[in-house]
Amino acid sequence: MNITLRVNGESHDLDLDPRVSLLDALRHHLHLTGTKKGCDHGQCGACTVLLNGRRINACLTLACMHDGDDITTIEGIGADGLTPLQQAFIEHDGFQCGYCTPGQICSAVGMAEELRQGWPSHVTDDLTADPELTRDEIAERMSGNLCRCSCYPGIVNAIRQSLGEQA
Amino acid sequence: MYNFDFARPDTLQDAQAALRADDAQALGGGQTLIPTLKQRLAAPAILVSLTAIPELKGICLADDGRLCIGGATTHATVAREAAAHYPALAQLAGNIGDPAVRNRGTIGGSLANNDPSACYPAAVLASGATVITDRQEVAADDYFQGMFATALGEGEIITEVRFPVPQAANYQKFVQPASRFALVGVFVARFAHGVRVAVTGASEGGVFRWHKAEAALGDDFRAEALGDLAVEADGMIGDLHGTPEYRAHLVRVLTGRAVTAAA
Repeated sequence: MNITLRVNGESHDLDLDPRVSLLDALRHHLHLTGTKKGCDHGQCGACTVLLNGRRINACLTLACMHDGDDITTIEGIGADGLTPLQQAFIEHDGFQCGYCTPGQICSAVGMAEELRQGWPSHVTDDLTADPELTRDEIAERMSGNLCRCSCYPGIVNAIRQSLGEQA
Repeated sequence: MYNFDFARPDTLQDAQAALRADDAQALGGGQTLIPTLKQRLAAPAILVSLTAIPELKGICLADDGRLCIGGATTHATVAREAAAHYPALAQLAGNIGDPAVRNRGTIGGSLANNDPSACYPAAVLASGATVITDRQEVAADDYFQGMFATALGEGEIITEVRFPVPQAANYQKFVQPASRFALVGVFVARFAHGVRVAVTGASEGGVFRWHKAEAALGDDFRAEALGDLAVEADGMIGDLHGTPEYRAHLVRVLTGRAVTAAA
């Protein structure tokens, strides 16, 4: 199938088998290997990318479902120098092996936009007020991204710091 | 995956035409179907994506006060946009899977699949909602026909789900921590004419109504009114996460919690 993907601001014309996941299209066809394949079943979040600004699991969608869509991968974040979020991950030891980190960063970028738009989460008490950035709130909002090194305290601190800077 | 053809129509008419092919399969957000294809547990000849049809997406309030949700509306959208109209439904949607899944998974996809541990069937059945397809309108009581079985025919498309909005409602989910599916989930909805209680995750027959609890709560909408009511362990799901007896116990406990939270 012929499709056009716009990845990190650049258009790519691809001729793909319909079975190719968005993740494999990014990694194998566009050689953007920053997006990681962990479980390939939508459970670990290592392949999180932004689809038209919303975070999704690239392994759980087919590339041919996204003709004309805008994709942002980790290669498109901080390309001209680390973003405050990425810098905060370093300062707070938000990773150990680093395999989940591209997904964590993409997910946190998507989460920040959701927060900015006032989306409630399951642990938000008042659905109509702006959510407070408590540890529980961030843990719930990042629950789709697992870290087998268990760097969660650092990840939460890094995200809180970066959101505080923006706020 | 086995090989398949792929279509992504942008009108309902084109989707209906594509789904008339032999072994055609509708594809919503793909959060269940794509893993199923990867495991080679399904082998459609053609996948018809419903994600590009604008008329299947969105939420509105009908003139009769019912909340209308398009079949291809994502969980994230319901969590956000239904909050002002039907908070219990919005909270249920906001606790399905994880955020990335909620940005893709759709209400129509969930209902068409009718996973015995999915959340939406409990809300639809407890609300007495109507499932509207491109061919018929089905009351929730007739729609769910057992584990992974529904009133849908071959190639039928869920275009909309209409929810009567209850006076009070709450959904309690005992989460299976790895999958975040419901080990047991109970949705309680109180209407002017009575109370409806729907249970997901527990029964080998899929989502079901707990009629005895409905009768007790109709007279007295307090957790105490459940008294020593219990569901039979017979017919409950038993697996490594919980025995049938454990699930039966959870039904009673979660119903009480849902009533307390709703009241």
